[in-house]
Amino acid sequence: MSTSMGTPTDPYAPQAGVSDTTSGKVFTVTGQDWDTVVSGVAEENEERVVVNMGPQHPSTHGVLRLILELEGETVTEARAGIGYLHTGIEKNMEFRNWVQGVTFCTRMDYLSPFYNEATYSLGVERLLDVEDKIPEKATVMRVLLMELNRISSHLVAIATGGMEIGALTVMTIGFRERELVLDLFELITGLRMNHAFIRPGGVAQDMPPGALDEIRDFVALMRKRLPEYADLCNANPIFRARLEGVGHLDLSGCLALGMSGPVLRSTGYAWDLRKTQPYCGYEDYDFEVITRDSADAYGRFRIRVDEMWESLKIVEQCADRLAGLEGAPVMIADKKIAWPSQLAIGHDGMGNSLDHIRHIMGESMEALIHHFKLVTEGFRVPAGQAYVPVESPRGELGAHVVSDGGTRPFRAHFRDPSFTNLQATSVMSEGGMVADVIVAIASIDPVMGGVDR
Amino acid sequence: MSPEDGPKAPGEFDEVTPGTEDDSTDKMPENTLPVTPEALSPEVIDRRQGMFGVQGSGDTSGYAGVVRPVTMPGGTPPPYGGWFDEVATGLESALGRDQMRGAIEKVVVHRGEITFFVRRSSLLAVAENLRNDPALRFEFCSGVSGVHYPGDRGRELHAVYHLLSMTHNRRIRLEVTCPDADPHIPSVVSVYPTNDWHERETYDFFGIIFDGHPALTRIEMPDDWPGHPQRKDYPLGGIPVEYKGATIPPPDQRRSYT
Repeated sequence: MSTSMGTPTDPYAPQAGVSDTTSGKVFTVTGQDWDTVVSGVAEENEERVVVNMGPQHPSTHGVLRLILELEGETVTEARAGIGYLHTGIEKNMEFRNWVQGVTFCTRMDYLSPFYNEATYSLGVERLLDVEDKIPEKATVMRVLLMELNRISSHLVAIATGGMEIGALTVMTIGFRERELVLDLFELITGLRMNHAFIRPGGVAQDMPPGALDEIRDFVALMRKRLPEYADLCNANPIFRARLEGVGHLDLSGCLALGMSGPVLRSTGYAWDLRKTQPYCGYEDYDFEVITRDSADAYGRFRIRVDEMWESLKIVEQCADRLAGLEGAPVMIADKKIAWPSQLAIGHDGMGNSLDHIRHIMGESMEALIHHFKLVTEGFRVPAGQAYVPVESPRGELGAHVVSDGGTRPFRAHFRDPSFTNLQATSVMSEGGMVADVIVAIASIDPVMGGVDR
Repeated sequence: MSPEDGPKAPGEFDEVTPGTEDDSTDKMPENTLPVTPEALSPEVIDRRQGMFGVQGSGDTSGYAGVVRPVTMPGGTPPPYGGWFDEVATGLESALGRDQMRGAIEKVVVHRGEITFFVRRSSLLAVAENLRNDPALRFEFCSGVSGVHYPGDRGRELHAVYHLLSMTHNRRIRLEVTCPDADPHIPSVVSVYPTNDWHERETYDFFGIIFDGHPALTRIEMPDDWPGHPQRKDYPLGGIPVEYKGATIPPPDQRRSYT
């Protein structure tokens, strides 16, 4: 399609202007045209306005669409529209073997990838009945990575939440600190996100040399920097005025809506799966469950900051335990499940170790067959179903893993806390001001990759 | 509800490991559910032919004639062990003995998790009692997950609910089945409002119609999408990819191992 001038135009681009429909005038806003809307609404003499926010609004943590019915500046109805980031990860997992599933599910909630991997791996391990055969070092490394991940995820929650109310410094320092965590992830797993590092049976690789020192340096630095968040926000009158009393949801509301994580703990109820239903040996770590009883966005912000302090405590304990586990195995001893090869850095990047290649190509035909079978076919998981939830930064994250006894997941369904918690958008924001909708949603901290999967 | 009269604080939970306790009341005949042999036998969901998933092409391995049933774990006769029995007897006293027999098809204890197979006509009554009865108090529902077993004749579609009792720190699973020809299951949104979106998702992906849901519409797929993508008979889709001169078929058409 082209105009008479010969310049091509995009037929799908929104056309600014006004159109009359059966349900009233529709204003399509494309920027720089606020005056048209304001004067148009004034002409109509209509108090009730329905605003379509998104699905690309920068304040919505991904591609979330909000449909708000406003009377003046008061929200009378709020509905969330999701599905813009649905990628069929669960369906795709049914077409890959059990180990490859980790590579898919890590991409769901991209701000807390290790939790996706962990809940899936724990479910597969329960079906394999190898839960007590996972090496100690692998479990400690899982806890270490998950707690570092909790810090990086909470930092993004605080940073983006701050940015949305205009606290830009909170955003810049939040991402500054998150970068340090991502550097640690890159050092330990090789990647900043999409790690596929926690696998059924253990973890992919041992700790690299020097990693423990880097972790200790990071903990020391964070202890200096975390107080900055408190200094900037805790008593800041603008920050408190925007957050206090906003997004209120009490305990009975939380339970009815299936809320978990910081939102539930902001009602004063100390429910944290790490304490109540420990997995990965969390009962051996010394940490507190943070609660507040304000049941609002401010309480949730304070909980996230305090939880980062608790995570630092756990990270430190992990580092101490890992120091005593030098050279211990990180993958299950059962050769029918464990990936046959150790990974090593070669001249062309990371791959199977050369020692292993020499072994299977030059020394043992049986080892080659074993490698080939396990890598192409994968292991079989006994038929049944398992659900092993973990406490992700956003709440209860669980994978319902179903096996029919084959080499692939028959069904893997993820109960993502963002998906469930986002249902509270209506309850939290109806009756409030339109500006508080953003704060309420930021206090839920939804990640649309996890919501839509 | 306030935290004081509501759930217990995490420190107050009793340490109970299923299977380690043995209460004499567990063994009393009147406290055990009648079990039919069919309920105890493994559920056959499919049959597997050959070894390598290849159908119709030349399977030179000699295994093409191998036929094996694919089964899910069968029912467990009572006692189930530990607090599993407390939940079962609690549910029985809440529902009444006769209704319990009609409601619970079978109970499966597998890998330390308990699954109650509930008949769909009784789902709402079971869910209400599980949430409200003080001895049960499953106040938290982790949503519903659909599973499609095309080979499970007459019970093709399963809806799986994970319930959590924060008061007693217990987790159970409810499984409800419905035939593909009549894909209706009552909605539990009136008991667990959190299942609103979860049931919409399961409807969207599996086509299970949750009767009584306030607004059962698609949630992830576009409103006008044809079919229900996570059913086993719905293709994954994908195109062949050329890499270094070779053509790699899409994942669902590659040779696979069954």
